[in-house]
This record gives sequence, C-alpha cells and structure tokens, in this order.
Amino acid sequence: MEQTTGLRQLKINCRAKIRQVTAQGELGRRIRDMGLVPDTEIQVIGKAPLRDPVAIRLRDFTLTLRNNEADHITVTVLECADV
Amino acid sequence: MSEKLTFALAGNPNSGKTTMFNALTGARQHVGNYPGVTVAKKEGLLRSGDRDVRVVDLPGTYSLTPYSQEELAARNFLINEKPHAVIDVLDANTLERSLYLAVQFLELGAPLILALNMMDEVRRRRMTIDTAKLSALMGVPVVETIARDGEGKEALIREAVAYAEANRGKTTPLCISYGRDIDAALDEMEPLVKNSGLMAALVPARWVALKFLEGDPDIVAMSQRDKALAAALSSIADRVAAHVRRTENTHPESIIADHRYGYIAALLREGVVRKDTTVESIRLSDRVDKVVTNAFLGPIIMLAVLYGMFQLTFAIGEIPMGWLETFFGWLGGVAEASIPEGLFQSLIVSGIIDGVGGVLGFVPLILVMFLCLAFLEDLGYMARLAYILDRVFKLFGLHGSSVMPFIISGGIPGGCAVPGVMAARTLRSPPERLATILTAPFMSCGAKVPVFILLIAAFFPDTAGNAMFVLTLGAWAMALLVARLLRGTVIQGAATPFLMELPPYRIPTLRGVLIHTWERGWQYIKKAGTIILAISILLWAAMTFPGLPEERAGEFEEQRAAIEAEMETASQAGAAEDALAAFEDRLAEVDNFEAEAALRNSLAGRVGTALEGLTSLAGYDWRTNIALVGGFAAKEVIVSTLGTAYSLGEVDPEETDSLSARLAADPAFNAWTAISLLVFTMLYAPCFVTVVAIAKESSWKWAAFSMVFNTALAFGAATLVYQVGTRL
Repeated sequence: MEQTTGLRQLKINCRAKIRQVTAQGELGRRIRDMGLVPDTEIQVIGKAPLRDPVAIRLRDFTLTLRNNEADHITVTVLECADV
Repeated sequence: MSEKLTFALAGNPNSGKTTMFNALTGARQHVGNYPGVTVAKKEGLLRSGDRDVRVVDLPGTYSLTPYSQEELAARNFLINEKPHAVIDVLDANTLERSLYLAVQFLELGAPLILALNMMDEVRRRRMTIDTAKLSALMGVPVVETIARDGEGKEALIREAVAYAEANRGKTTPLCISYGRDIDAALDEMEPLVKNSGLMAALVPARWVALKFLEGDPDIVAMSQRDKALAAALSSIADRVAAHVRRTENTHPESIIADHRYGYIAALLREGVVRKDTTVESIRLSDRVDKVVTNAFLGPIIMLAVLYGMFQLTFAIGEIPMGWLETFFGWLGGVAEASIPEGLFQSLIVSGIIDGVGGVLGFVPLILVMFLCLAFLEDLGYMARLAYILDRVFKLFGLHGSSVMPFIISGGIPGGCAVPGVMAARTLRSPPERLATILTAPFMSCGAKVPVFILLIAAFFPDTAGNAMFVLTLGAWAMALLVARLLRGTVIQGAATPFLMELPPYRIPTLRGVLIHTWERGWQYIKKAGTIILAISILLWAAMTFPGLPEERAGEFEEQRAAIEAEMETASQAGAAEDALAAFEDRLAEVDNFEAEAALRNSLAGRVGTALEGLTSLAGYDWRTNIALVGGFAAKEVIVSTLGTAYSLGEVDPEETDSLSARLAADPAFNAWTAISLLVFTMLYAPCFVTVVAIAKESSWKWAAFSMVFNTALAFGAATLVYQVGTRL
C-alpha cells in the first residue's frame, strides 16, 4: 500500500511523488507555475539552517519553499537514500 | 526602407536573458539578476542585414499569470505592444519547466522563437537535445545558444527577423486540450468573448476565457467593463469550478496547470531529450549547497564572506585611494598657486576640489566593493542568502527576498538605497514590501561609506576593517528591529509565500562582473560630478556669505598690523630666525581665527550654531551640524562639507593633510563624538533621491514618515551613545 504524507514530513534525501496540491488562489497558482503539479517527482535536498525553508529538486532545478507552504502538498514516498 | 522590428526578450529568471541582451545589443545596463526582478525596462538597438531591430529586455517571469509587478509589466508589454517576435531565452538544462512559459506564449498567440541557452552546460552533462524535433513539435524556430560567449546570437537574430517577416505578426494560437470539463467551458465562453469584442485586437478570445477560468485577477477586473459579459463568464466559471470540485476534488486552475505540464511531458517523450544518467554534474551545486547552507557552516560562511569582503576592499582599495588623495591635494595646491587669492580661488579650491575630491577619493574602495558584490550576485550566492535568512526575516515580519533590497541598499556596504527601494517590488504583499522599503535605507550605502571611512580612519585607524564590519551588522540589526516594530504597529498584515528558485552556482564571467561593477561605479561618479558638485557649490556659498562685517574684519586687520609692526621692529633689532618664525605663527593664528569667525558668521554657520543647543547633546558642534544638514541632500555631502568647513578654517597652502588627520587633531572631536556621528549617519533621514524613490514606491506620507521617524530615531540613538559613552 502506498503511503501518503505531507511534504513537510519528508526527510532530506527522500524522493517522493506529488499526489495532491490543495492550495488555492495565488499561492496555489504560484506553486503550480513553479512545476509542483501531481505526478511530479521531487527530492528533498536540503533544509535551511533553521529547518525552514526547505530546498527540493524537481524537473532538473532547485526550488525553495517554507514548511507552512509545504503543508499544502501531499506526496507518496518513493525511497529515502541514506544520509 | 523597411520598418523597424521590435523583439522582446523573455524568459525565466536566471535563464541568461540579460547576458543574451548584452551580447546582442552590446548594451551596458546592469540588471539585478536576483530571482525575479528587473527594475527598469531596458532597450537596445542592433542591425541585422538592412533591418533595424529594437530589442526589449523583459523582466524574468515563470508564468504569464502575473505574480509580481515585474511579471505583470512583462505580460502587458507582450499584449499591448505586440512585438514582431518574442525570443524566449530558456535554460536548456531545465527544459521541462522552461517550456511551461513557452507554451503560455503560444497560447497567447505570440510569434515565438526559442533560444535554448546554456548549451555548453547541457553538453557537459552529456545530455542531448534534438532541437530539430523540438522545433517541429512546437512549430516554432529553435536556436541553440551560449549567451556567455555569444554563440548562436547571429543565428538567433537571423531566425527572428525571418520569422517576423514571414509571419507579419500573424500566428495561430496554440490550443491545448484541458480535459472535457474545461474544454466544454472554453467552447462556451469563447464566442461570448468574441462577440463582446473584449481585448479583441490584442489577444485571442479563447485566451481571455482561459484566464477567466484560471481566476487571473487582472483579466477578471478588465472584463468588468462589460457587465453582461462578466456575469455570463462568471456563471460558467463558477459552474465548472463547482463541478470539478464535486467530481475530482480539484480546481479549474490546477487542472489547467496539470494539462500544460502534461502537454510538455508528452512533447518531450517524443525523444527530444536524451540524458546520460551516469553523469550527474548538476549535483555539484548540491554538494556545494550541503556546505554553504549547512546549519552550522552556512551562517559562518555568510559572515566570513562579508568579513572577507571588507578586508579585501580595504586592503586593495586603500592604495589607489591614497594616490587619489595625493592627487586632489596636489590639484588644490596648483589651483591655489595659479589663481589669484580671493573668492574665485576659494570657490575652486574649497568648494569644488575639496568637495568633489572628497567624494571621488572613495571611488576605488567603492569599485572594489561593487566588484565583490557583482561576483557574488552572478555566482548565485545571493539566492542562498535569501534561503538561509528567510526564517530569521520572517521573525521580523519580512521575507527572505527582503535580503535583496537590503543588500542592494548597502547590506554589503557600497550599495545605494534608490535601486534597493525599487528592488522591493519583488515582494508581493504590501506590508512586507513597505516594511522593506522603509528599513532598507538604514543600510551602509555607497554614500555613507565615505563618512564611515573618514571617521574610522581618523579615530580607529588600526581596526578599520573590523569597525566597518561592526557598523554593517549594526545597520542590519537596526533595520530588522525597526521592521519588527513597524510590522507590529503601523504596518500589519500576513506573510507571503517563499517559492523561489535556487539557481545552480555559475562561475561569473569576467566581462559580466566588470560591466556590473562599472555601471554601479559610474552611477556614483556621475552623482559626484553632478548633484554633489552642485550641492558643494551651494554649501560653499552658504559657508562663505555673508562675510565678516567690516568692523570685525577690521579688528583682525589691526591685530595683524600690530604683529607685523612688532616683527618689523624685532627684525631691525637683528632678531634670530626662530624669533621671527614665532611672529609668523602668531600671524597664521590670527588668520585662523578670522576664517573661523567668518565661517561662523556665514549662513550655514548661523544655522549650525542655532542647532548647537540641541545637537551638543549628541556631541556635535556647529561645523558638524552644517555637514549633517547638507547630508539630507546626499550623504556624500557630509564628507565634502566637512572637507570644505575644515579647509576654510585652515590657511597653510602647503598643508595637504587628509581630512581624517585634521579631524583627529581637532579638539572638538573625540572617539565618542565619532561613534555618535557614525550612529547618526547610519540612521538618519534617507537622502533626497531615496525619499523621492520611497514616495514613488509607496506614498509621500510614508516618505515623510521615513524622514521624520529616522531622524528622530538617529538623534535619540546618537545622544544615548554619546551621553553614556562620555560618562564611562
């Protein structure tokens, strides 16, 4: 069974597939314009010194977003590489 | 004679658009290529064959649904000015994301040319892109380019001219299928828009309908002009929204985005891109980021970078600065020797050479600082700073992107608050933007740096680099604290998202860095040559007129005559050389007293003296007051005015001591006066040009607020420092 979780809970070096983006309006549009749409594969590649924002890799580029923005995105974990 | 063509350069931020613009037009304007901002619209001219081409550099944008004011400006240019060709410069390394914008251009019906930029990196990654196939699939010309060394730029322009001539601005807008629900709604809305003629000459009717479904606020507002149409479109849009929420638990705008990416994925699946997955060179940036944005090392590296910059600046910049000081001293001496004594000589020497020279003397330091700044910017480090600092900034009611305006304003000393304030346009929410605009002027801009350097050199010569560093951190701390204060009181409102690209590290080109450095340096020199020159002359006049009244001048004349008579007598009595020299000293002393009395009696002197009662609390005498009042016009004027004030009070023409030495020797100045003055300069009212910029970006009310509030804050802080310090 696939396990879905919030993007916030995803650990560094974990790869995941976006399931759903629940944000609406301006934030939602921005998230989608930056390429965060369902079925996109992402990987968390780092967190800022205070654990927020996080940096994720998708579509061959790196995007940053805050934890409270990540809360609008649910993902399925694919695999987590050892740190 | 064929018509002049207009091409628009568009694309994502960090796609090399500005580099391409410079390569194409040879233009020398700098664009702060921080994520998302191009402050001004830039144009350049070029010739291709017998055609004149106007190239307009649009702000970087990720989508045609505008998010920031820059993105809106880019879209409006495309819609209203209908360029003959839209050259989409895209980073070929991120083809999939970059095409998202390209698809939107096609939907808009723009005559599109794709410039696949950064092909050198693509080749290094052993990735291949079948451009012929991409061109065939998208139905637009595709040209491979490397903007850094100009590769492909001729082909690009040739293709664009040919395309523009072949199409004459007529292209068929791309129609993507957005699934049954959306497509049905679009089919229904399109004729309604067409019949109403809304924006008919400018954009395809289907595009208006699409934007309406996306909930684009700008287009929705525009459609309100035709109430019946707006009502009809809204009812369809609401119906679709309700339907997809019920059936698929989603929103029309997300379906549209999904389908656009789906369309791109389908294109690329045709075998456009082939990647050798064994070579993952993009990971190099990640590995660097593991260290640079590390919880421990990140902040340490950040401080080390800033600290290293000051040390470097002072180590390299001080040498040519010494030469310039010597040069202006020599020039003053020459002017004094060749122009007969009098008002004109005083104007040239005290007003112009000392005033402007005092400012120009700092050019080498400022150039070195700009050089470092341009390097870090082009390297991609600035985006990391925003990333590292966002959490902290959020705490103070700001946004990680506020780092950019702060740094441009002089967060790394040497900036300028005017572009800094304008750079705050990237910030989406009005409260965060306003708080950034109002606090950015606290930073150590290029104009404050000379004041700082002057005082530091006079009173803390052994720890110049450290003192500058402390001042810089102090400015940041004050900016953050004041931002917090403002956000908690007069400017309340919610935070905005932090969705930002971290561009891969790219070693800047020497040419790029030099262009950026020179552009900023030239701004500074131009300012010294125009505004500062004018203000120098005005202040010189204020410090010269009215002269001493007849009887006061007469008194000094009598004193001189008396000394001369004594000297004559002594000389006839055969006095020794050094006895005669003592008379010379007494004469010089009288001259000094006269000059000081004259300055005190001048217009500026009277204002300075009148303020003394208040400003003595912070440790300033009337001469400093004159300088600080002049600093309202431009902060550089503080240095030039002090220069003029102190050179007016000083007579020995052979004396070309630096102003620092004179200040250090002045009994009215001590270390605490200097610190108090540093604090005051850091915090008080922004210069006049910045005030105008603040007014333009917000309102005159806030501009006035910043003048009054900052000056009050500065005076309070300076007084506190001086009073506590002198009592220790």
